[in-house]
Amino acid sequence: MTVPFYVAPEQVMKDRADYARKGIARGRSLIGSVYKDGILLAAENPSRSLHKISEIYDRIAFAGVGKYNEFDQLRVAGIRHADTKGFTYSRDDVDARSLANVYAQYLGQVFTHEMKPLEVEILVAELGTEDTPSQLFHILYDGTVMDESRFSVLGGDSESISERFGAEFQADWSLELALRAAVRALAGPERNLGPRDLEVAILSKKNGRRTFDRLGYAALEELL
Amino acid sequence: MTLPVFDVREDPGPNFMNLLIKSGLGPFEPPAGVVSELSSKGITVPYGTTIAALRYADGIVMAGDRRATEGNFIAHRRIEKVFAADKYSAVGIAGAAGPAVEMVRLFQTQLEHYEKVEGVNLSLEGKANQLSQMIRANLTMAMQGLVIMPLFAGWDIQRKVGRIFTYDVTGGRYEEVAYHAIGSGGKDARTTIKLGIKEGMSREEAISLAISALYEAADEDSATGGPDLVRGIYPIVATVDRNGFSRLEDAEVAAASREVITIKSSVGGAQ
Repeated sequence: MTVPFYVAPEQVMKDRADYARKGIARGRSLIGSVYKDGILLAAENPSRSLHKISEIYDRIAFAGVGKYNEFDQLRVAGIRHADTKGFTYSRDDVDARSLANVYAQYLGQVFTHEMKPLEVEILVAELGTEDTPSQLFHILYDGTVMDESRFSVLGGDSESISERFGAEFQADWSLELALRAAVRALAGPERNLGPRDLEVAILSKKNGRRTFDRLGYAALEELL
Repeated sequence: MTLPVFDVREDPGPNFMNLLIKSGLGPFEPPAGVVSELSSKGITVPYGTTIAALRYADGIVMAGDRRATEGNFIAHRRIEKVFAADKYSAVGIAGAAGPAVEMVRLFQTQLEHYEKVEGVNLSLEGKANQLSQMIRANLTMAMQGLVIMPLFAGWDIQRKVGRIFTYDVTGGRYEEVAYHAIGSGGKDARTTIKLGIKEGMSREEAISLAISALYEAADEDSATGGPDLVRGIYPIVATVDRNGFSRLEDAEVAAASREVITIKSSVGGAQ
């Protein structure tokens, strides 16, 4: 009988985390931020059809960075979870917190039990109501959840982007200001990003029941 | 609830009904024989009645009365039987009210689910076919008496035209040219529309004709409710055009209904 090599659990976890982080760092970053009428989600994404940001439910949006097929699977699972819950109970009973929890459970499960962790970071954003504030749940590859009420940056270069964006952040700013700051923060000091390099969507209180709205070229050009 | 993640070979795709079935929440699985016992035990359930739809110059109008009956009793006076299926289509229901309303909820979720998962809307014909499949899934219940009869209409974005679809109990789907009405008062409503319909009608003319159709249906069929001036209950009327579904305000329907009633009373109710 062969005896398997002993590898310390700390080492296993560290290797997996490094692997996931490396995968995530290869992709472009994304910012989620609250503004006066809702939540802005802006990502650097030259593709028109492979989305990083999408609608989950009436007041909930999803954004992911990292490996496309992996976060897209999570996106679809989130829509399924929300639609099933809304159909079984009621539309009012679908909330981002419970969705963030099931995402965290799943990511944590995969991280510890599967061969390979998911190389993704995701954001679940929920637009607030008159009585509740907007919330951003940032979930890491190992299932760690962080909740934010101001802004959240996902992806490889998140620390420096976060610093740049945080310096400009205002709680009650307009969509225009928030978007410009987000684009500047994503681009950094040496680059410029135009409408064609961006994928932008909002959850807006002005949009009726389904608050999610994708901003196209024309709308972006006007805002920028 | 855990995250619904499926093996790639088992994945239900963008189909919400398949997702429910795979999750063990299948909506059309009543225990065998339960439904057929309903009538033998003298248990009645509410039935909804008349829905009319017709095409006009810019789209379609759909109208439904507000009554549900249980045998010879009025079960509900204010039931709503015309709904937005999604932004560009409307669905009206006649038949067993309980399962019918549930089917509408499933249909609405199904269309929105597809749109979110795939990132694009289903075509109008795709939506009509989805509804077909749901009616077919209900066939066992229908054979035992709980028939659901929907009327589906919407704006075809590709062809830029309003279209109307009717169904039979087996899920057969038929496209109508210009108008249709379903339910117990459907025949009278159809005749009224047939006599009044013209090519290129305006929105107002079409709304008025749809309300007249329901009025005539209520006049001849006891299961269809007419405009109730005492309680202020009027039909639900909705239009679907290039800008999407829009349900008329009660005040507009009330005004149009009163106009129809004035015409009728001026000729002595036409007996």
